[in-house]
Amino acid sequence: MPVEMVDLDEARRELAEGVKLIDVREQNEWDEVHIEAAELVPQDELVARIDEIAPDTSERLLLHCRTDNRSANMAARLAELGYDNVGVVEGGIVAWENAGLPTKSDSGLTKAQRMRYSRHTLLSEVGVEGQLKLLNSKVLLLGAGGLGAPTALYLAAAGVGTIGIVDDDVVDESNLQRQVIHNTERVGIAKTTSARMTIEALNPDVEVIEHNTRLDSSNILELIEPYDVIVDGADNFPTRYLLNDASVRLRKPVISASILGFDGQISTFVPYEGPCYRCLYPVPPPPELAPSCGANGVLGVMAGVMGLLQANEVIKLVAGIGEPLVGRLLLYESLGTAFTELKVKRDPECPICGEHAPEIDESELGKFPDYELFCGAAAREETPAVV
Amino acid sequence: MATVKIPPVLRPRTGGEAEVSADGETVGAVLGALADAHPETREQLFGDDGSLNRYVNVYLNDEDVRVLEGLETAVGGSDTVVILPAMAGGR
Repeated sequence: MPVEMVDLDEARRELAEGVKLIDVREQNEWDEVHIEAAELVPQDELVARIDEIAPDTSERLLLHCRTDNRSANMAARLAELGYDNVGVVEGGIVAWENAGLPTKSDSGLTKAQRMRYSRHTLLSEVGVEGQLKLLNSKVLLLGAGGLGAPTALYLAAAGVGTIGIVDDDVVDESNLQRQVIHNTERVGIAKTTSARMTIEALNPDVEVIEHNTRLDSSNILELIEPYDVIVDGADNFPTRYLLNDASVRLRKPVISASILGFDGQISTFVPYEGPCYRCLYPVPPPPELAPSCGANGVLGVMAGVMGLLQANEVIKLVAGIGEPLVGRLLLYESLGTAFTELKVKRDPECPICGEHAPEIDESELGKFPDYELFCGAAAREETPAVV
Repeated sequence: MATVKIPPVLRPRTGGEAEVSADGETVGAVLGALADAHPETREQLFGDDGSLNRYVNVYLNDEDVRVLEGLETAVGGSDTVVILPAMAGGR
């Protein structure tokens, strides 16, 4: 028996007469938006509950879903059970909303946001709740370069509400092979400004905060304090150690990745829950073992892969889903398309997060006792960044 | 023979090889065999006193040898030894 499709005008007429309307979508979809007169009965529950909803198989019922696929399937199922007076609202709640008919939302998302983030909210792991967390989150990107550019683009698209970007560089033609947030017309302008322009065009929900400066021990605590998650795409060891020490102190999670040539590595450092950067790398390597991307080259696509793995970690931390890379270091070799996962444990002797790490007095904050010792040599040897 | 994975920054010192087979019953012996075969890697791996340089992480399969027995950690023929220096590039 063919399923009876009911157009919006007819559906409204029947609803006014008191006909029951059953929404066969899932709870998270209902929370996002629903028709006030409808009753939610997810499709998996409908057959089991139909006796209670409509004891009389000849009762007139209307079904709807997001479009009309699920509801048409369920109407056919009900027909098999003898329910021969079931109509399906053509086009579902999407058509209903597009026609400007009234809906109700428990979500806190605007209509535009519900459309924009629908592919997120359809995921039960994210849902409206996860999307609201993203919209309320503040993420700081260290660098709008090879890693920061793709990370920023996808976090902006995902609706991270506040994105801070620290970078004191300007867009150079040699950046454009991988730093996809910039473009040819922007050569010569500040990277933070270029990134803000791209993000604002992509998603008006995102507020971009430009930090057109270089991180140092005098500004780092103040800079990172307002943010929930820090994404490390720095190009040198002193900054990486400095960020680690400050983020452990302020208990800020850091998504750390680095790239060189065809290889990348990434880990997520959540202070005191897992190891910190110094637990993994107690001392930086000598300069000859730490070439920069400028001197050595880097495959642009590989930078994109690693930057998006960072963005993925951010989303998981903010939404509170999945298994972040805490205590794990993931290596990616793009030539072999191979991933290697290594375990990283907290070092009880770590000078920053270890059991015997010294308590630092308020007045000493930002000075980081052994920072010069560990990083002074590398900093002095560092060649000017060719980025 | 264990497999030793060579990081990109050391590959110029192994003739470009990303993986090298090396014999030895301990991590120290395997790395020693690597250094014998590719002498330019020795100064990067070991300090003057023969201990592993602190800036070089070495893993037996997926476990840091620092939490195992260090250079004395036993190595089987099917094991992989991963050499991993920190990388800083992000731009």
